[in-house]
Amino acid sequence: MERWQRRQDRTGGTAPADLPQALVAEAAHGPVIHAVNGAAHLAGVTPGARLADMRALCPDLRTSPADPAGDRATLERLALWARRWCPWTVADPDGGVEGAGLILDTTGSDHLWGGEAAMLATIEAELGHLGFSARAALAPTWGAAWALARFAPGQGTAPAIDADPAPLPVAALRLEGRTVLLLNRLGLQRIGDLAALPRLSLARRFTRPEPSLNPLIRLDQMTGHRPEPVSPPGAPPVFRADLRLAEPVFDPGPHLPRLCEALCDRLSAARHGARRLRLSVYRTDGEVGRIEAACALPSRDPAHLAFLFRDRLERIDPGYGFDLIALEAPVTEPLAPRQADLAGGADPGLDLSHLVDRLTARFGRDAVTRLAPVASHVPERAEARAAPLPAGPVAADPAPERAERPQRLLERPEEIRVLYAVPEGPPAQFQWRRRSYRVARFQGPERVAPEWWQDRPGTRLRDYFKVEDSEGHRFWLYRDGLHDDGRGGPPRWFLHGIFA
Amino acid sequence: MFQTDIFPAAQSRHPGGPVRRPGPTLCEVFPAAGAEAAAAGFVLAQLGRGAAPVLWIQERLAQSETGRPYLAGLGLDRPLLVMRLSRPADVMAAIEEGLRCRALGAVVAELHGNPPAASFTASKRLALRAGAAAVPCWLIRQAATADLSAARDRWRVATLPSAPDPDDPQAPGDPCWRVELFRSRDRPPGAWVARHERGHERGHERGTSNRLDLVAAFPDGAVAEAAGPDRRHGAR
Repeated sequence: MERWQRRQDRTGGTAPADLPQALVAEAAHGPVIHAVNGAAHLAGVTPGARLADMRALCPDLRTSPADPAGDRATLERLALWARRWCPWTVADPDGGVEGAGLILDTTGSDHLWGGEAAMLATIEAELGHLGFSARAALAPTWGAAWALARFAPGQGTAPAIDADPAPLPVAALRLEGRTVLLLNRLGLQRIGDLAALPRLSLARRFTRPEPSLNPLIRLDQMTGHRPEPVSPPGAPPVFRADLRLAEPVFDPGPHLPRLCEALCDRLSAARHGARRLRLSVYRTDGEVGRIEAACALPSRDPAHLAFLFRDRLERIDPGYGFDLIALEAPVTEPLAPRQADLAGGADPGLDLSHLVDRLTARFGRDAVTRLAPVASHVPERAEARAAPLPAGPVAADPAPERAERPQRLLERPEEIRVLYAVPEGPPAQFQWRRRSYRVARFQGPERVAPEWWQDRPGTRLRDYFKVEDSEGHRFWLYRDGLHDDGRGGPPRWFLHGIFA
Repeated sequence: MFQTDIFPAAQSRHPGGPVRRPGPTLCEVFPAAGAEAAAAGFVLAQLGRGAAPVLWIQERLAQSETGRPYLAGLGLDRPLLVMRLSRPADVMAAIEEGLRCRALGAVVAELHGNPPAASFTASKRLALRAGAAAVPCWLIRQAATADLSAARDRWRVATLPSAPDPDDPQAPGDPCWRVELFRSRDRPPGAWVARHERGHERGHERGTSNRLDLVAAFPDGAVAEAAGPDRRHGAR
C-alpha cells in the first residue's frame, strides 16, 4: 500500500489520505482486497475480504489493482538494502495478511550501531525515510522475532529482547489459517497454552511434516530447539569501473573509452550486457554529477556505450574539476557471447537497436516509438505507441476488412462548420481553418459506434464520410451523433483525417 | 513498382527515356498548400516493399498542422518507427542518426517552413550519408520555398481530383496527384499525373497492386513549353 502511495506521489496523482482506498487482487472467486489505507481500515475494510462485500460496507471505497510481483521485487531490493546493518538479510514475503517482512540475523553486529535498542530505532527511522512504516523486533530466533514484530502489544515501540512470546496468539506461530482455526477450536488461544500441553499428544495430533501445518515444529523453531538459519541470497554482481586521476580534470571525454572498455571486460566475463549506464564524476569540492544512458538491447560494445554519452558530457558541471570518474551498469541482462558472421559484418537487428539507443540517449526516453495496431474500431484507438523494438516476433495479424482509412490523422478532431442538404447525409460545403471547401464527391457514411466498455456514458456514435472537393483535397469527416438521438443538441461535425 | 506510361510526344521531349527507379539518396518533396497528405502518400508509394523498418520523423509544427501518419491507413507491411521532435535542428540530427543505420528501409522526415537548420550544408550532409548507407531519405518540406539544396531529386506534389471509382460514381476513387520533378541530378525533369492504385482496399491481398502510374502531364506540349524549359534551366 505504501509503495503504491509513493508511486502516486511521484506521478502526481495523490489521493487525499482521508479517502478510503484499497488495492485489489484477482482471486479465484473474484477480486479480493489486497491492502488498505488508514481511512479504509477505520471504515472496516479488511484485507482478504471480497471486494463486493467491502463495497457494501464502504460505498465510496476507491480501488486500484495490486502488484504482488512488484511488491516482492521491492522486498528483495529492501533485503539487499538492509545489508547496511548486517550481512545476513533475507526477504520474507510470506507474511500473509499480517504483511511481508525482512529477516536480519544481527548476531555480532548490533554493537556497531550502539546496542540492540538503538539499532532497532535506526532501522525503523531509516525505513520511515524510505516511506515505509515498519515494526521491528529483536529476538533470539526467527520465529520469535516474526511473532513479536507482528503481534506484540504496543504501538511502534520495539519490544525488548526478552519479551515472552507465551501471551501471543497462536497465529503468531506462522501457521496456516486452517491450523490456527483448528487450534482455536481446541481451545488453544495463546502460545503459552500450546506450550503447556505435553509434546506427545501434540505430536500425535499434528503429524504433517510441513512446518506451516505443524505447530510443534513452529514452536520448536520459536524456542530455538530446532535450528532455522538465515541463508541470504548472494548479492548481485556490481558492474563498475573506476578511474582515479592524479590531477583534477574538467572533461571526462578522453577517459571514457578506457572506462567503457574496463566495464565491458567485466560484463563479458560475467556474460552480461548493460541495459542502463550511469556515469558519475566526483568533484573535488565533494559534489557528484551523474548522467545516465540506456540501451534498448543489452550491449557490451565499448564503442557503442561510449557513443551514448557523446553529446551529453557537456551537461556535467565540472566545477573545480573532478578526480574520480565511475562508470557503472545498474541494470544488466544476461547476454551470451555471439559470433559475428564470417564476413565480419554486424547483425542488422543489432544495428537497429544501436540506432534506437542513440536516438533515445539524445532525445529522451519516449522519443522513438513503434506504431502497433490495436483491435478497436474507434480510429484514434486503433493504434498504440509501443516500444521501438518488439520483445518477440510480431505476429502479422491480418488487416481487418474495413473501409478505407486516411493516411494522416489529426492529433485531435477539429470542429468544422458544415452546410448539408439532408441532416443524415453528407456535407455539401464545410469550413475548416478559415477556408471553405465545396464537396464534389463523397463516400459514406461509415458508422462507428462508441465502445461502451471504455467511453463515458452519453458518447455519441460517429458517421464518417470520405469527401473530396473540386481541387482534389480528400478529407475524412465525421458527424458526432444523430439528430434526435437524445444525447445532446444537434450533432457537430469534425474533421479527423486527411487522405493522400 | 513504377509503371511508366509516357506518351510518345513526352518521350521525344525526354531523351533520357522512361523514369527509372532512383538509387537510395536524398529526395525532397514540396507539397502545394493543402497537399501535405498527398506528399506523404507519394513518398509512401515510392518506398516500395520490404521488411526493413521505416523511421518517420515529424517536426511538432508539421504534425499539428497536418496530422500524424496513421497506421491503419498507410498500408505498410513493415514496422514504422515514429518520432516527434520540437526543433528543426533536432529533426536534422535525428535524420542523420537514422542514416547511420543500414537496418532501416527508409527515413522520412517532415519539416515545416524554411528553418535555418535545413540549410544547403545540412542537405549536403544528408545526401552524402544517404548515399553512403544506401538508405533512401525523403524530406517533406511543408510550406517551404525551394531554396538551395543538395537533394538529388526534388519534387513538387499537388492534389488532383481522384480517378473515378469503378463501383460508385459519386465516390472518390484512387488518389491522383500532379507530381513534378523540377530538379534531378541523374534524369530529366518532368511533370506527371500520378495515380496511386492501392491494392488492398479493393479486396486484393495486401500490397499486391500498390502501384504508381505516371502519365505525362502535358501531352499536347502547349503548356509544357511555357513551364518546362526554364524550370529545367533553373534546376541545374
